[in-house]
Amino acid sequence: MHDKSLRELATGLRNREFSSSELTRHFLDRIGQHDSSLNSFVTLCEAEAMKSAEAADRLLAEGDGHVLTGLPLAHKDIFCTRGVKTACGSKMLDNFIAPYDATVVEKLSAAGMVTLGKTNMDEFAMGSSNETSFYGPVRNPWDTDLVPGGSSGGSAAAVAAGLVPVATGTDTGGSIRQPAALCGVTGIKPTYGRVSRWGMIAFASSLDQAGVFTRSAEDAALVLQAMAGFDERDSTSLDREVPDYAADLSASVEGLKIGLPSEYFSAGLDDTLRDVVDQAIKEFERLGAEVREISLPNSGLAVATYYVVAPAEASSNLSRFDGVRYGYRADNPVDLEDLYKRSRGEGFGREVQRRIMIGTYVLSAGYFDAYYLKAQKVRQLISDDFRKAFESVDLILGPATQGPAFRLGDKLDDPVSMYLNDIYTIPANLAGLPGMSVPAGFVNGLPVGLQLIAPWFAEGRLLSAAHQYQQVTDWHRRVPGDFS
Amino acid sequence: MSMQGWEVVIGLEVHVQLKTRSKIFSGAATAYGAEANTQACAIDLGMPGVLPVLNREAVRMAARFGLAIDAEIAPRSVFARKHYFYPDLPKGYQISQYELPIVGKGHLEITLEDGSARSIGVTRAHLEEDAGKSVHEGFGKASGIDLNRAGTPLIEVVSEPEMRSAKEAVAYLKKLHSLVRYLEICDGNMQEGSFRCDANVSVRPAGSSEFGTRTETKNLNSFRFVEKAINFEIERQIDVLESGGKVVQETRLYNPDTGETRTMRSKEEANDYRYFPDPDLLPVELDAAFLDVLRAELPELPDAKAARFQSEYGLSAEDAAVLTASRELADYFEAAASRVKDAKLAANWVLSELGGYLNRDDLEITESPISSDALAGLLARIEDNTISGKIAKEVFEAMWSGEGDADTVIEARGLKQITDAGAIARIVEEVIAANAGQVEQYRAGKEKVFGFFVGQVMKATQGKANPAEVNRLLKEKLQG
Amino acid sequence: MSLTPDEVKAVAHLARLALDDADVPRYATELSSILQLVDELEKAPTDNVSPMAHPLDLSQRLREDQVTETDQRELFQEIAPSTGDGHYLVPPVIE
Repeated sequence: MHDKSLRELATGLRNREFSSSELTRHFLDRIGQHDSSLNSFVTLCEAEAMKSAEAADRLLAEGDGHVLTGLPLAHKDIFCTRGVKTACGSKMLDNFIAPYDATVVEKLSAAGMVTLGKTNMDEFAMGSSNETSFYGPVRNPWDTDLVPGGSSGGSAAAVAAGLVPVATGTDTGGSIRQPAALCGVTGIKPTYGRVSRWGMIAFASSLDQAGVFTRSAEDAALVLQAMAGFDERDSTSLDREVPDYAADLSASVEGLKIGLPSEYFSAGLDDTLRDVVDQAIKEFERLGAEVREISLPNSGLAVATYYVVAPAEASSNLSRFDGVRYGYRADNPVDLEDLYKRSRGEGFGREVQRRIMIGTYVLSAGYFDAYYLKAQKVRQLISDDFRKAFESVDLILGPATQGPAFRLGDKLDDPVSMYLNDIYTIPANLAGLPGMSVPAGFVNGLPVGLQLIAPWFAEGRLLSAAHQYQQVTDWHRRVPGDFS
Repeated sequence: MSMQGWEVVIGLEVHVQLKTRSKIFSGAATAYGAEANTQACAIDLGMPGVLPVLNREAVRMAARFGLAIDAEIAPRSVFARKHYFYPDLPKGYQISQYELPIVGKGHLEITLEDGSARSIGVTRAHLEEDAGKSVHEGFGKASGIDLNRAGTPLIEVVSEPEMRSAKEAVAYLKKLHSLVRYLEICDGNMQEGSFRCDANVSVRPAGSSEFGTRTETKNLNSFRFVEKAINFEIERQIDVLESGGKVVQETRLYNPDTGETRTMRSKEEANDYRYFPDPDLLPVELDAAFLDVLRAELPELPDAKAARFQSEYGLSAEDAAVLTASRELADYFEAAASRVKDAKLAANWVLSELGGYLNRDDLEITESPISSDALAGLLARIEDNTISGKIAKEVFEAMWSGEGDADTVIEARGLKQITDAGAIARIVEEVIAANAGQVEQYRAGKEKVFGFFVGQVMKATQGKANPAEVNRLLKEKLQG
Repeated sequence: MSLTPDEVKAVAHLARLALDDADVPRYATELSSILQLVDELEKAPTDNVSPMAHPLDLSQRLREDQVTETDQRELFQEIAPSTGDGHYLVPPVIE
């Protein structure tokens, strides 16, 4: 059953080929069998999952329910789940039982999906390799000596290994698209504001956006449809109608103008990966798309901009973790300052502390203008580049990463080389644009991804383009040998 | 110690709690006095993943305040995060406004004791959330944190450093206090912390154009404390300077028990607040139509009301100022005045008799046992000569203690004035007949004795005789 | 721009992070390398560019002033490190 798409599984449930309980059991068993080698799950909700599956079966028996009813799901451990530990990859929240559900969790549960558990992630979503997790690294199902990417590494690896057909993720600088690429699955980050941030533990509020990992664009459309929409609890939520993503999937690529940013094809890009992307471009041309070169002149400044804006917001967002109301508290604090400093010093890992310090520094008196304000201005330039580009093209296409997955530990001690992993994904976050990574081939036997970026609010166009591409390719159907 | 040769410079920062039902960024209640942390929701507690959504009423109230002080209301204002670690600040930052506050420059008119008026500039007023409270007793060696107050909407009203004495500062503060209550945006309860003041005080040699080093004194929760703390601080700073020392820029705390201020933290320990625009909130945009509606809804404000009381009712400036200091008092007066012929009579009774009783029993005007209607009923009996002013005081007292309205009291106690000339004349004749000696004295030119006859007639009528009629008849009959 | 160990300590204090003294030089190196990456920004001409605080050019939505939350103290304090009589407990707060 784990080799089927979400659409196929939904049909199977409706046709009584299997029940949600059987499906849920099957995936729980697979997690039990395989996850010890991947470490993609941090919490399993076995009993609750079986209960929801039974409830789903009752609904299905009555012919009721949503298209997603009874289908298994995993949530990145950044989403608060009522009554279930929500640790965000951190010792700081190792004892945190969320008292409420994130909107994303609420909506997918309301659609009848069955939550199997919570997936591993970089601590507070800060990382590109899933090695900063308090719960240990996640391993790439294509080669367990390699990283799965991050920060949503657990979700990407779990979907790639067929441990769950769909998993949620969040993307602040590439945390969905990069691991999707490195694990060979489909990952989409919609327009900023499309999916509510309520109950999603904040890393960098002006960049964070929830999305989803699936095998195919068609599956992503189904799940995103249920996740997206206005939420009055989130002031930054888009008050716009969500298009019918599934219905739009069939939209033809014929005549679609696709822009290739020259900056995404320059030095640093792996040659074989470049060939892979070129093949993909040819497929789109065969499908009738018009391809042209474009320029995003300021995209080279995106990483620098990001490493001011994101740490600044993170240093602020993470101030609430102080050992007073929830979360980790240091033993026997001698005074208030000791309580704060040791709870935070002991509760946060190194990468989180680095980013808190960078963020604190760039916001502090005397440095604000040179760093934070400057970065906000460059952010505007980067956003303007996209605005101009989308005056002449409908979609932007390029690689999602510079190369395939790297070895565990390779970049752990060199933060800057780790940060450069997200060189192609960060610009879309800065601009708030929807972006997607689609499996496009292999480099040295490892999957790599094609990145698509659409104008604001046009994630439907991303999904249909990816779907059309997936009708003529089968990269998204490839599964890692050990997990077939 | 003398203030000779020194000029005092005072600026006030006033935190005005807005009386919304729910908090500024959450749907938790703002009611005062609830059990600890029962009105602190996930947002107020700064739980992971929660987000703020702005309360429309808080914005409306802040803008209403801005219009009332004739300030520019920013068409676009921005919330910023102000960072510091403190246990009563759950998120590690306070959501406030920094570069773009909702209310810009405005001014307040104050009247000093000598009757002179001054205009004090308001630099800005910004919206922000209140913090919680630390409780230091009852938890052994620990402090307890109650976050019920966290997230209560505030406007912080910052004045220009334009006040030159503690008395001016208090006059400004009282005016502000009156205004926010007129506007119905704050309950003004200083004991409960709904209206709190920090005072920035410095002194400089008279004639100097540069400011001296200032201190900020916190925790001033009554007008009296504000005056005492500022005066203490002025004296302290002059002492320091006159003995060759330097005033240290610092935050000080006022101790109401000793009447003194003490160091809380110095500038060196001051926080680096790291303000930046709150990415969870978008710019607040107010259009002209919204402001037009607010402007149209503004009540008559104290200054305008006082001017009207003078012209419409012929009151003195002083009486008008006192009667308009609170909207409730002004409303009470107007309700009473509208039902009698002589508004000044109503003003006198509200200010003296009613004011005295309220003061004696420590009651607010809204708690008066005598309603404005009831007072008007009493005054009407003076005007129609049913009772004299003197008897009216007796009736007032009976009404205060719950004996009913004026007519009931007058009836029950038989206080109705005797106006029948024939009846009074009979008594006058009796008094004259019984006091031949005094009659002779009077006729011999000792006019003082006249008062004796009035007294005797009043005594015989238990004060109920119409005094004018008594005078007229006595004069007539004593002429012989 | 690079950070000295003393600057690292000052920033760590501002952020209320206890650092081991032994870790400070390494943090100084790492943070300096990040700042060097960030220093690229200096090159960008940004005269007359207005800072972008947010990806969406929208204005704040306003909520009606209604009490929608109920008391959940018990639930919230179940996960608190230390409470007493409905309060969160901390080492003494000295003003």
